[in-house]
Amino acid sequence: MADLFKPRDQKDVAAAIEWALAGGKTLEVVGGGSKREIGRAAQWDLTLDLSGLSGVTLYEPEELVLSAKAGTPLAEIEQLVASRGQELAFEPMDYGPVLGRSMGQGTLGGALATNLSGPRRIKAGAARDHFLGVSAVSGRAEIFKSGGRVVKNVTGYDLCKLLAGSWGTLAAMTEVTIKVLPQAPAEESLLVLGLDDRHAVAAMAAAVGSSGDVSGAAHLPANIAARILGAAAAGSAVTALRLEGVPPSIAQRKQMLERLLKPYGVMLVIGEAGSRALWQAVRDATAFAATDGAGRPLWRVSTAPTQGPEVAAKVAAEVEAELFYDWAGGLIWIALPPLEDAGAALVRSAVRSAGGHATLVRGPASVRAAIDVFEPQPEALAALTRRVKESFDPKRILGPGRMYAGV
Amino acid sequence: MPVTMPVPDAGLVSRRDEIVAGLRAIVPGEGVIATEREMRPYESDGLTAYRQLPMVVVLPSTTDQVAQVLRYCHERGIKVVPRGAGTSLSGGALPLADGVLLGMAKFNRILEIDFDNRAVVAQPGVTNLGITQAVEYAGFYYAPDPSSQIACTIGGNVAENSGGVHCLKYGMTGNNLLGLEMVLISGDIIRLGGKHLDSDGYDLLGLMTGSEGLLGVLTEITVRILQRPQSARAMLIGFASSEAAGDCVAKIIGAGIIPGGMEMMDGPAIRATEEFVHAGYPLDVEALLIVELDGPQAEVDHLLERVSAIAQGCGAANLRVSNSEQERLAFWAGRKAAFPAVGRISPDYYCMDGTIPRGKLPLVLARMREMSATHGLRVANVFHAGDGNLHPLILYDANAPGDLERAEAFGADILKLCVEVGGVLTGEHGVGVEKRDLMPEMFNETDLAQQQRVKCAFDDQGLLNPGKVFPTLHRCAELGRMHVRGGQLPFPDIPRF
Repeated sequence: MADLFKPRDQKDVAAAIEWALAGGKTLEVVGGGSKREIGRAAQWDLTLDLSGLSGVTLYEPEELVLSAKAGTPLAEIEQLVASRGQELAFEPMDYGPVLGRSMGQGTLGGALATNLSGPRRIKAGAARDHFLGVSAVSGRAEIFKSGGRVVKNVTGYDLCKLLAGSWGTLAAMTEVTIKVLPQAPAEESLLVLGLDDRHAVAAMAAAVGSSGDVSGAAHLPANIAARILGAAAAGSAVTALRLEGVPPSIAQRKQMLERLLKPYGVMLVIGEAGSRALWQAVRDATAFAATDGAGRPLWRVSTAPTQGPEVAAKVAAEVEAELFYDWAGGLIWIALPPLEDAGAALVRSAVRSAGGHATLVRGPASVRAAIDVFEPQPEALAALTRRVKESFDPKRILGPGRMYAGV
Repeated sequence: MPVTMPVPDAGLVSRRDEIVAGLRAIVPGEGVIATEREMRPYESDGLTAYRQLPMVVVLPSTTDQVAQVLRYCHERGIKVVPRGAGTSLSGGALPLADGVLLGMAKFNRILEIDFDNRAVVAQPGVTNLGITQAVEYAGFYYAPDPSSQIACTIGGNVAENSGGVHCLKYGMTGNNLLGLEMVLISGDIIRLGGKHLDSDGYDLLGLMTGSEGLLGVLTEITVRILQRPQSARAMLIGFASSEAAGDCVAKIIGAGIIPGGMEMMDGPAIRATEEFVHAGYPLDVEALLIVELDGPQAEVDHLLERVSAIAQGCGAANLRVSNSEQERLAFWAGRKAAFPAVGRISPDYYCMDGTIPRGKLPLVLARMREMSATHGLRVANVFHAGDGNLHPLILYDANAPGDLERAEAFGADILKLCVEVGGVLTGEHGVGVEKRDLMPEMFNETDLAQQQRVKCAFDDQGLLNPGKVFPTLHRCAELGRMHVRGGQLPFPDIPRF
């Protein structure tokens, strides 16, 4: 077990990184450690555990802004903003079920560092779109800040964007500021039953391309629908569209969508409680919870929505795959049988021809040590990625190798 | 010129003929402009107080030409300033005497419209409005709508992360950008994103947004389009004071309502605008809110009622709701013409762009009134009230000796105030040359050094748009140096396990 640093404040973080820098030690940067198994399996000398940096430092609901220490539990923040009728609109997924951990273990810093999002991604964006300001310690052991506490800001480069999705490989974030938004007062979901993947994606394209203001569009083939919805799915595939807002608005949009989607198939509506449960299951990919099938390789693919069924068909033609779609077809969760390369060659080739990227979010450490977990980059981009890494962490001490070999 | 630009390299300037010939070999015919008369239109952008003729203007028309031009310049240490439509209000496209001005005007085609994936692929020289016009026959539009949208280009929008009056609800350029192709100064062509969501590595797409032409030259852009809401109605709400109007804005958002747009104008701006466009603005108020609610009819009706009640509770002096699309557009016509309207009541005006926490508005406006008296210049305010982005317009006369300097000093004081109350120097116009020397108000040396190191990752010799954004130029080698202290843990009491 690697040695572990647990800093109490930003000064401690800087001191720990400075020490590592001087001694040539590498550090794994973690918050709650809830997503540690995602990424290439590399070895690091020590763990820099930021969970001691905890607490909300500013919350002004009327300004739609919240600042907190990076290690603050996400659950604590979600509870706090909910008490004021607000939410994190990017709907951060909880990797707990997929990784076989209990839920609610993540931190705010972790949510940003891994650029989490959820079904509402198609409307409200991902963590990156809500990340306003940061204070962090670079791999040079230097404390720096970027951004601010206001939404509109082009003062200097937006380094928050770079840190979002950097998986702890550029800097250790110590305090962050995010945008919060009002929660919708109500929600319902419209389900279209019995569509195959291609018709489902066409129906979802029509829905999200309408003025229906759809905040979630997922397609669950029959086997997955049965797992999530049970008898309510009636043995059919389910194409689900979420409507959030004030009740009169939901009612009108629902009517409009029912007219629009009538040619596609039979529809039914589920109310608030059922809708919430459904979208949480879609968000957290609980259909592929680690308990099911003892953690088969699980891929997360982002592609153009209309390409979703093409990618799925290419993979499913070769191996027995289970999958479902979110983001109107643009996000595909694919569970594969335990192949030697976790299906990397197959998935990557399907994604390459469609455009987009694939991440192996669950797979044995031996495989994650041998293959690219994140989408491999063309040479010019890979070289730029290396230079960006060096600009923050020239000695490569922060999680080297987690995203790409040597980065 | 109060902001000093990098000293021109006499050696390069003396080799001008050779450089012009080299560029002509890459971009033939009218694509290279080298006469003073023809280069004159490029000497400034929207910040006309700053002017400088470039060494030469190049107007490439293909990505390959852009790559060759940049590679040519990189190999010879020649500086390059990229330019879209030249509507920047911060001098972002101000040429350099020893630099190539790279005009992207010929990249003016829409390459693909993909309704099923809600995406448009456009060349960077397409105007912001041009994208909406290309898709509106099918009911779609591109959401960010800066006031200059008929002229400004999508490439420039990405470079500045432009917003507009609807970005409160629909986000700024960065939130609506899906992909791009760009060329680095080395000539490397990089593609980021596409029609899918999220980056596969570091979010370079997000970094490029708002990078002011210092990191790469954009050659292709993919944006997200949206279906128009079923209906939209605007409200004009007048208040006796900006404090009351500011209070109303806070209460609307506090009630969980995010309007499609929420703009504020102060007394001088209202009167100048009304005289110019006759939008029907009330003249007996000191602050005017324009609140637009959009969505299905039922939602708009519901929200109109709630916003009206909130406004009455805040002591609104008057309140009008648009009853037709024509009237809604008239309400907006005033706001969108606010800058030229102010231009009619003053020989010149200087537009600022700070962002502040909304709640600080009354304080900032009061302090601005004091500053107006101190500096002896009038100021009119238009304000993206929903997101705290302030556009004070300082009225001055460029022909009056000392007026420009006073206007700039006043502007600097306003921006310092924005930072002091927790805001930032620029919300959407960019730092450019204009606010470059104010950057230390917000950032310390370490913060700026980290940003410049990122710049070095893209541009190792600092050739792309130098003299903008950063107050001090450093060599990349100098920025990359590290001073690692001894191997002792300076704080040996950090908990270890």
